Amino acid sequence: MGDTAPNSYKTLPDEAGRFGIHGGRFVAETLMPLILEVEKAYITTKSDPGFETELLYYQKHYIGRPSPLYFAPRLTKHFDGAKLYLKRDELNHTGAHKINNVLGQALLAKRMGKTKIIAETGAGQHGVATATACALFNLDCEVFMGAEDVRRQKPNVDRMRLLGAKVHPVTSGTSTLKDAMNEALRYWVANPETHFYIIGTVAGPHPYPEMVRDFQSVIGKETKEQIKQAEGRLPDALIACIGGGSNAMGLFHPFLDDESVAIYGVEAAGHGIETGEHAASLTGGEPGILHGNRTYLLQTKEGQIKDAHSISAGLDYPGIGPEHAWLHDIGRVNYVSATDEEALDMFHLCSRLEGIIPALEPSHALAFASKFLPSLDKDKIVILNMCGRGDKDLEAVLPLLEARSKL
Amino acid sequence: MSNRISQCFAHAKADNRAVLGIFVSAGDPSAESSAAILDELVENGADMIELGMPFSDPMADGPAIQAASLRAIKKGMTLAGTLDIAKSFRARHPDTPLVLMGYYNPIYIYGKDAFITDALAAGVDGLIIVDLPPEEDSELCDDARMAGLSFIRLVTPTTLGHRLPVVLEKAGGFIYYVAIAGITGTKSAAKETINAAFTRIREETSLPAVTGFGIRTAEQAAEIAHISDGVVVGSAMVSIIEQACAEESLDTEKLVNSVGTYCRSLSEAMKRS
Ligand SMILES: Cc1ncc(COP(=O)(O)O)c(C=O)c1O
Repeated sequence: MGDTAPNSYKTLPDEAGRFGIHGGRFVAETLMPLILEVEKAYITTKSDPGFETELLYYQKHYIGRPSPLYFAPRLTKHFDGAKLYLKRDELNHTGAHKINNVLGQALLAKRMGKTKIIAETGAGQHGVATATACALFNLDCEVFMGAEDVRRQKPNVDRMRLLGAKVHPVTSGTSTLKDAMNEALRYWVANPETHFYIIGTVAGPHPYPEMVRDFQSVIGKETKEQIKQAEGRLPDALIACIGGGSNAMGLFHPFLDDESVAIYGVEAAGHGIETGEHAASLTGGEPGILHGNRTYLLQTKEGQIKDAHSISAGLDYPGIGPEHAWLHDIGRVNYVSATDEEALDMFHLCSRLEGIIPALEPSHALAFASKFLPSLDKDKIVILNMCGRGDKDLEAVLPLLEARSKL
Repeated sequence: MSNRISQCFAHAKADNRAVLGIFVSAGDPSAESSAAILDELVENGADMIELGMPFSDPMADGPAIQAASLRAIKKGMTLAGTLDIAKSFRARHPDTPLVLMGYYNPIYIYGKDAFITDALAAGVDGLIIVDLPPEEDSELCDDARMAGLSFIRLVTPTTLGHRLPVVLEKAGGFIYYVAIAGITGTKSAAKETINAAFTRIREETSLPAVTGFGIRTAEQAAEIAHISDGVVVGSAMVSIIEQACAEESLDTEKLVNSVGTYCRSLSEAMKRS
């Protein structure tokens, strides 16, 4: 990363893929040679200037980067506290931050000579981004998606099919994102020679958490430049929502060593932490091992993984990336939560005040902003990652807003 | 290293036959019937038991074993309950090797040291922990070996290259050759592939080696028994339990009988003529 100091928060993972006690490579022997191969390829590729040039080209001309950093005047006025800036990653091609990571991994897969891609998806944004990159680079694409999510994110399923991907509805376990990831891993175990698995968040076995973070860090790097341009200084706080944690890590990582910047990750509190029906693994979970890494997990006292609950399919995951788990342990990042109801309110509010329809995921980040900003002085600056747009959620959200007489 | 495991393979070798290992999930379909099923298996020619520790998210298992795990968890089976089943099995069968197979998380939550102590006290001989590759040996393998449990390694088609020595380094008990790149209970491997793999494995280790994943029929078992020191059948056995559970009311006695009949057919077929 180049800019790491001795007392830096940016030196991890270590060689074993650990962030403190978290991370690692807890996979079946069949997969071990594969993830070692990915690691080796990633190490060579990331220091190859040709790769960087290629990635920059696609970021600029295909994704549309840099995404704007936008001062949100009416939300700022409404919250009546600090200034709110939105990092507009919802304007990316395909409508979310997921494409940042997918393009990086797809280019890597191509360099490794792989012709077939596997992906898991929750909200469908990662699936759509992967299907898109596969169309662009002429790769076969198989997407695993919980049957429950296939239902609640239908527009994205249609987009994937149109883009040429094969969508496998997953009915094992609880038919959501964790089961989609199990099924994607099983599929990879059965097709190790031909396939590359593009994981959609900063989780999974080493080197995925590191690799996905690196590809998403473009968000934070741009933000740092842009806020200096706009305000001549660093922000006072950053806010991002957390499913597995990739949009959050992408924004946070370049700022970790800037101690004056307070950082907030917002997990999904579902029906409320106290109800047990939520997806807040740091607030309501314990360290354990799932999907190739140690991290905080929602689980029973016997170590069985529990179902997560969130109105947002993209946050509905019982784990969190291992680097977040570590940042939580050492206290560098503050992890808070927002409920389904609070997110719905913000979905509506942001649409009405800024003309920006946020995805349900960043609506959780807005919910924390709505409580946090009023407590700050007016000269403070807060940046929120608007990591996705809400078109995909309309079908699920509109009836709920109607029931609340908001439409 | 466990005497029961090495003696079991030594006896089979002396009889010029392969060891028959059977996998079932602890507590499937209930704790009581588990005990009866295990007894019936030993009665009908199973030389070694692989007892599954149920986990909600078994990454390397196919539909049959996933469903078995979930049935057991639903009936309240826990790791402590699994160790109880092992302990009572050991009291009834002092010589039959018993290996626990599963995933790391329930053990991590139980506590590594407590687990090793309790597994030894229950008379467990070895462990197969699917998601602990050699790269994570400091988690459990090193201490389990020190305490006297065999840490059994899976060797897969993707291991056979330069990784084989890494995987064999701390391997104990026996080698479990996973005949297919894939999850349990799906496809089956060709005899030639298994032959080639065993030539390679035997060059590198003197431990006995068994073959598993995808063996369903008595004919397959018989064929592989000529190449391998042992044959493990899991998904096919678990499917018999699944069928019994799908019936209107579960007839445990009938279930135990069908498990026994199937096990007998495997062990008869494996007798080398
Ligand atoms: C718009 C959007 N935001 C956030 C997420 C959550 O993922 P992560 O925490 O990795 O950013 C998703 C996942 O699907 C998403 O689509």
